Amino acid sequence: MEPLDLELEEGELELPSEPMHLNMGPAHPAMHGTVRCVLELSGETIMKADVQIGYLHRGFEKMCERGTWAQVFPYADRLNYVSPMLNNVGYALAVEKLCGIEVPERCQWYRMALGELARISDHLTCTGAMAMELGAFTPFLWFVKARDMIWDILEEETGARLTHSFGRIGGMAAPPTDAFKELCKGSLERVVTLMEEGESMLLKNRIFLDRLEGIGQISGEEAVALSWTGPCLRASGVPYDVRRAYPYLKYDEVEFDVPVGTNGDNLDRFLVRLQEIRQSRRIIEQVIEKMADDGPINAYAPGVMLPEKHDVYTTIEATIQHFKLVMEGAKVPKGEVYSYTEGGNGELGFYLVSDGSGTPYRVRIRPPCYPIVGGLQKLITGRMLSDIIPTFGSLNMIGGECDH
Amino acid sequence: MSKAALEKLQAKFGDAVLETHSDCGDDTALVKAESWKEICEYLRKDPQLDFDYLVDLCGVDYPERAAQKQRIEIVLHLCSISKRHRLRLKARVGSGEEEELEGAEIDSVTSIWAGANWFERETYDMFGVTFRGHPDMRRILLYPEFVGHPLLKTYPAQRAQPLIEYRTEEEAGVPLEKQAPFGDDEGMSFPREDYDRDVEDPRTKLNPHKTEAI
Amino acid sequence: MSEVILEGSEQGFATTRLDDLLGWARKYSLFMYPFVTACCGMEFMSLTGPRFDLSRFGAEAPRFSPRQSDLLWVVGTISQRQAPVLRRIYEQMMDPKWVLAFGTCASCGGFYDNYTTVPGIDKIIKCDVYVPGCPPRPEAVLDGLMLLQDKIASGDRTPRSVKPREDPVDLLPAGRRLDVLQDVVSTGGKRARASKESA
Repeated sequence: MEPLDLELEEGELELPSEPMHLNMGPAHPAMHGTVRCVLELSGETIMKADVQIGYLHRGFEKMCERGTWAQVFPYADRLNYVSPMLNNVGYALAVEKLCGIEVPERCQWYRMALGELARISDHLTCTGAMAMELGAFTPFLWFVKARDMIWDILEEETGARLTHSFGRIGGMAAPPTDAFKELCKGSLERVVTLMEEGESMLLKNRIFLDRLEGIGQISGEEAVALSWTGPCLRASGVPYDVRRAYPYLKYDEVEFDVPVGTNGDNLDRFLVRLQEIRQSRRIIEQVIEKMADDGPINAYAPGVMLPEKHDVYTTIEATIQHFKLVMEGAKVPKGEVYSYTEGGNGELGFYLVSDGSGTPYRVRIRPPCYPIVGGLQKLITGRMLSDIIPTFGSLNMIGGECDH
Repeated sequence: MSKAALEKLQAKFGDAVLETHSDCGDDTALVKAESWKEICEYLRKDPQLDFDYLVDLCGVDYPERAAQKQRIEIVLHLCSISKRHRLRLKARVGSGEEEELEGAEIDSVTSIWAGANWFERETYDMFGVTFRGHPDMRRILLYPEFVGHPLLKTYPAQRAQPLIEYRTEEEAGVPLEKQAPFGDDEGMSFPREDYDRDVEDPRTKLNPHKTEAI
Repeated sequence: MSEVILEGSEQGFATTRLDDLLGWARKYSLFMYPFVTACCGMEFMSLTGPRFDLSRFGAEAPRFSPRQSDLLWVVGTISQRQAPVLRRIYEQMMDPKWVLAFGTCASCGGFYDNYTTVPGIDKIIKCDVYVPGCPPRPEAVLDGLMLLQDKIASGDRTPRSVKPREDPVDLLPAGRRLDVLQDVVSTGGKRARASKESA
């Protein structure tokens, strides 16, 4: 055997060092089934990442141009499908801004209450799914149990657990039921108790904290530059909440705090969402006290609202009005408007362009989680492969909204 | 909400600002496409305006304006978190009446606001507007094999471009285009156990006010 | 010997019993691959939750690898971009395998009749049970699962869809339909008038 060349230095040995390409494909539970990450890895560290979305592109904007203004509501529901009420209310407010309609007070309280219930269900789903992806199955099941209780209330009110299509231009589809206030009071307490049980279990777990703390950190200025809004932005220290900055409905008449984080890492995003559940509960309790028990829910706007069924069956004027509204659509005045509300993930905006006919000319949704997922590449580059899972989970990417 | 911004824009850029309006409370300025980037930089850097948050960037298709080279309207919504004002900036590009656009190009603002990256990619994907200077100009919501830009008014909504061929009925052995889903030959072929129930009036059983202990 | 076997079915007694045993074992121990994309996924989460428990059907164990699962749950809208992915996952599963189309978008494309949605997964892969609904209630999905279990037990591969449990109008005797309409109209009128008066 020949002797080894002792003068050979390590630096002269050339080991193959091609980076490994890994496809974290759309059919992956942590990617929520619709996001593809093409990664270039060196060992476990990510050198480059390419986040590809669009696997749930359903053509929302094109479909809206083919129906009437009221037919957008079911499509709007399916945008952020964990908090569909917020989307309904957001779109209804946008069309009402364009028409110049203001809904009665009782309707404003009602929309706030249903919207906050939807927000609670959104945050429960996000935090539960995040925990489950890290291996904590039990808190996920508790949060799903709590979410089912909220969906019971929504089912009582609107008739469907998810995708209610309950908003209407100028009001809501039906007034609150007599049991609404009791249901809220009774269920919310159980919901928050379940949430606290799950929270206490997770926050004492060393592994859970290690996987979240300090990972996926982003500063406030970077987040604003990336157009982030909502809990992800507030976790980075910027106290921007549309309900506070530009109050709509009756948000300036209720007291609530806006939880703001300090580090902008995954743990802060997780905690901010849990705190927001408590604040939403506070808002709903105040709304229940302030909402009147009777009174009109729909604005008087015969040009956009359907007449009462009884009148439709008995008078000819109402029949004609109903016919025209259903077949031709509500004639929204010509113009354009951008209306924004606080959705589950941040500023949910609708930019509407109307040409004066019953069919929308352009309905553009400004999805809150679209720019947030745009920032994912920055968050995961340089970190390890398994850091993607809690980071992506904490951003709350909702496919229907992100891919519209 | 930000009349001051409109006035400052008009004072500084004069000709480049073609129209302004404030319908429905939204301050809007229509500017020339050539000055797009300059105006955006000014809006970002001016200490009194300080538009640090790009809210949205999208396009709207007006095929009737194709002859004046103003077919696609690029709409940019800006907001200032500290100063609490908002602005809408618009520019018009592009001509070509059919599905092929010509000359639909505008400067990219990704160097000013990093969040514009994906919004511009989506506008390219849906309308075909290219953004000069964009670091990564490719489709985002649709697949690379897709031909055409769906949100143009001239693109028919139902023209699908499947990536894999659909199965045929002979291959499947069963009808694939079904109309009424609950005909006699469909539905459950095995009977389910029918629980006893009162059949007088189903509505009396639906008690909306009963809240069960969970 | 051969005459005895030809009198009954083509298979012998022992193989029929074996098939029954295999069918029983397979139907109560389905390993699922949840191919979840959209809103139906939320109902799917509820389905695995404590209230509408899926594990009492033996079908709870999610295997996130197609190689290890035998039931493919296609939950949510499948877009044209996602179609090759779905096809690949289906082809990677080993026989015997079944497919359950959860929701209207998976069954027939739903109300997304456009350039980007596949009008039903049966255009791409073979499907065994369709559960319509947008999203379907978890109880409807459990009906679909029970239907699938019956099909597995009997070896039937024709695609079937789930009927609703009851349609309230079917339960009424024929002559009463007009009365029902009148009732609806008059109660609608009462509520409408009451809310108008207090306005």
